[in-house]
Amino acid sequence: MCGIVGLYLKNEALYPELGALFKPMLVEMTSRGPDSAGVAIYRNPVGEGQIKFSLAHASSDYDWATLADALSTALSCNTDITRKDTHAILVTDGKEQAVQAWLANNTADVRVVGRGNSVEIFKETGLPEEVYARFDLESAQGRHMIGHTRMATESAVTTAGSHPFATGADLCLVHNGSLSNHNRLREELKRKGVRFDTENDSEVAAAYLTHKLQQGISLKDALEQALDDLDGFYTFCIGTGDGFAVLRDPIACKHAVLAETDDWVAMATEYRAIATLPGAENARIWEPRPATVYAWGAETLEGLSINDAQPMTAGAA
Amino acid sequence: MNLLDLKTDGLRKINSTLQNAVPDSAGAEWLIMNPMGQHAIACGLNAELSVTVDGNAGFYCAGMNQQADVTIKGHAGVGVAENMMSGRVRVTGNASQSAGATGHGGLLIIEGDASSRCGISMKGIDIVVGGSVGHMSGFMAQVGHMVICGDAGDALGDSIYEAILYVAGEVESLGADCIEKPMTAEHEKTLAELLARAGMEKDVKSFRRYGSARKLYNFDVDHAGEY
Amino acid sequence: MLTNPWPYRRQRSGYAGSPNPLKPTRRTSRVNGHTIMDENIPRVVPRQSATFDAYTMSEIRRAASTGIYDIRGGGAKRPLPHFDDLLFLGASISRYPLEGYRERCGTDVTLGARHASKPLELKIPITIAGMSFGSLSGQAKEALGRGANAAGTSTTTGDGGMTAEEREHSRLLVYQYLPSRYGMNPDDLRKADAIEVVVGQGAKPGGGGMLMGQKINDRVASMRSLPKGIDQRSACRHPDWTGPDDLEIKILELREITNWEKPIYIKVGGARPYYDTALAVKAGADVIVVDGMQGGTAATQNVFIEHVGLPTLACIGPAVQALQDLDMHRKVQLIVSGGIRNGADVAKAMALGADAVSIGTAALIAMGDNDPHYENEYNKLGTTAGAYDAWHLGHDPAGITTQEPELAERLNPETAGRRLSNYLQVMTLEAQTIARACGKNHLHNLEPEDLCALTVEAAAMAGVPLAGTSWVPGRTPL
Repeated sequence: MCGIVGLYLKNEALYPELGALFKPMLVEMTSRGPDSAGVAIYRNPVGEGQIKFSLAHASSDYDWATLADALSTALSCNTDITRKDTHAILVTDGKEQAVQAWLANNTADVRVVGRGNSVEIFKETGLPEEVYARFDLESAQGRHMIGHTRMATESAVTTAGSHPFATGADLCLVHNGSLSNHNRLREELKRKGVRFDTENDSEVAAAYLTHKLQQGISLKDALEQALDDLDGFYTFCIGTGDGFAVLRDPIACKHAVLAETDDWVAMATEYRAIATLPGAENARIWEPRPATVYAWGAETLEGLSINDAQPMTAGAA
Repeated sequence: MNLLDLKTDGLRKINSTLQNAVPDSAGAEWLIMNPMGQHAIACGLNAELSVTVDGNAGFYCAGMNQQADVTIKGHAGVGVAENMMSGRVRVTGNASQSAGATGHGGLLIIEGDASSRCGISMKGIDIVVGGSVGHMSGFMAQVGHMVICGDAGDALGDSIYEAILYVAGEVESLGADCIEKPMTAEHEKTLAELLARAGMEKDVKSFRRYGSARKLYNFDVDHAGEY
Repeated sequence: MLTNPWPYRRQRSGYAGSPNPLKPTRRTSRVNGHTIMDENIPRVVPRQSATFDAYTMSEIRRAASTGIYDIRGGGAKRPLPHFDDLLFLGASISRYPLEGYRERCGTDVTLGARHASKPLELKIPITIAGMSFGSLSGQAKEALGRGANAAGTSTTTGDGGMTAEEREHSRLLVYQYLPSRYGMNPDDLRKADAIEVVVGQGAKPGGGGMLMGQKINDRVASMRSLPKGIDQRSACRHPDWTGPDDLEIKILELREITNWEKPIYIKVGGARPYYDTALAVKAGADVIVVDGMQGGTAATQNVFIEHVGLPTLACIGPAVQALQDLDMHRKVQLIVSGGIRNGADVAKAMALGADAVSIGTAALIAMGDNDPHYENEYNKLGTTAGAYDAWHLGHDPAGITTQEPELAERLNPETAGRRLSNYLQVMTLEAQTIARACGKNHLHNLEPEDLCALTVEAAAMAGVPLAGTSWVPGRTPL
């Protein structure tokens, strides 16, 4: 069980304050998610032909520089790597599949937690406020961000079990609720070549979407199919390159609230997370209807599809 | 007017103050500032106080209210006035799900919309909604009245007992054992009184009445499909 | 020795031969056009099917006749690994026992000190579990209160609200907060000594309350805000929260309404006791109650009782492990229920890590439920003493699980209360006897290492070694 939050800034003038505005939203959700926290921030889009990877390791002393050099050499590509506590952001013009394969074969314990054009994913065990500080997020700038505070239900409290789970390029998912058929779905997806890192039900939801997207199904259609294929109670917030999407299951017991002003659109499990935003008192506030896909900023949501030539492992989460 | 500020006073102090307040001339009226969507504001009150929450409230605002008159000038989160026993709670904005859940008495007025499960398991409370209600509203509603000036979502009155529902707008679908019933003069009178108490103007002739078909009251194998 | 090895070879009907066993003949006769066998031919012993046994076949017939599932009271009746499969090791040369009387063996327990300003102080670690007025007669509820009071322990309300009699007679009363919210009100909440948020119970984890029309009389109907004489339908989820993250907010509200004085218990039926316990702690519980499938209910579908849940023995270890992993063992108390019957069960549950136990069915039996004294009446109901479980119909000859005034009058609350307190006394003395023999000066000093198991299943479920070995199946290699 958990808290999820999302913020999309409509007003460009607020971009420099994204991290500062988002922080109290995440921290307000601590009581419903004290075990771990994670965010996906969309900022610093990379150039044509480049990809950005979010990498994570157990140790904050990991030698990322050496890893970047080795990768450059092996694939004859440019790499730029920046450490962020236990994570690192790698920007490269190497081919995505090749980089993933190289990392899988040449590093032990380095996890790819996100990839895309602008997304950066950071997640760790610990109180949300502490996690936020570790990754220097208060001063972060950007256009939109989604986050998660975790109260582990049926799986262990580990970093790997934390959300967001990356589902594809610039795509990630945070989840509040509890699925009930994730074990069989996991087995089915495993048989189709998808790799899992945890026993977590949310990871299965993320892998399910990834798998659909790889088959050329649009995100909107994949989410609508999820309503039939996923059983249980859930509110999902999905981060995309353009914004975020929200989906609640048909029974809709897990609360979710949306709010909008001229300056921003926000979603949260509880309104008090949104109350911290400037102008919240006068925002339009409403609840997403059950079994309905909502999306902001993503005018291209309908046409957004991932068509990788080869299956991507869910270990990318 | 007595002022309380959630930001500086904190929830425990505010609730404790209100739960011990005496409704004499000095102690009758209260204003709570900076609710900031916090939970359990003004819950467990038990005196004829007049309390205003100046902003949006979180979950269970005015929960288990007795005798007090609570107004939320904004929106209310999950379970507003849940298990209310008496008194009155008014929400000027919208209410989230399970509004008035299991209420035993009193009057809950929602000027805007209510979300899903409005009036769930109601046991005597009266609820008047100026806008629409979401799905599963009136679920297992036992006693009391619910007036919906707007529309009702799916499965209205599923498994309803003896509560009475009045709807002016569209009903997306009816729940198990809930059927439309004729409006008599008696019902119109009751409805008129409820609307008046809520301070809402609407023509009683524009409402339809819904209630229990009573087929699930004692098990009959031929109705097994309803379960 | 048959000369004809195939005595059943077909022959023409009507043939009459001599009844010589050495020369068996196949005498047949025709009855109603059917050929039947000769009585002199040895038959196999009639064999009942283990799969389609007498009970199963009768249930199929009943289902075919009525078109509705079978409903009954009580807990799981089938044999299950239970406390009888565990033994205490007692004192020896390496361990020394305590003398009786002078060398005290403490039995007290404090429940709910984590957040509440007024935790419950019990003299004995055995509480009375939640049973509703409605399922039980008013006299029975009063008797429970009297008995618990005399023994220095608490009773619990059930799915129907608090009665004045029970509050008056029970010095310590735990008030259940259930999905139905029948009779729930803040005045009673404040009169209670503790609040038990019921997520589920062992007999039906995932099910709601059930009361048939026969037992919804005027008083019950009024307390539950239901029409008289109808079947109560049940909610299985709480109406205004789902999940431990939202439960945390609900608990905040309950504490705010009761001035943070009362311990908040969370009760779950045995399903995923490790996770459920961890989540209950995270949601803010002061006490956790875990109820195994032997735990009784007033009424639910038989299929639910027998086929959903966990044996009580399998619930305790994981729950204690979760508390230890969160460093909350003994800080958040664990109460175990579901088939607790005697002082040995109490001692074993506590040795495995529980802080206290709760009894329901056993308390009713102590007061006279299923007593052979009423055998004639049980027979008239189509059953027999010990098997009577149609509590939902409300014809209990003992006057306990009924609302019929003439039957309920048979139960004298003072006498029944005395019987209950006697029984609680015996359980406590038995537990103390065992604990002293293990060298303990307090029941809560009993440990898993004081136990061994008689079966592989019990060893695995309880996490104690098979007797005479150091093998704990699933945890240590053979």
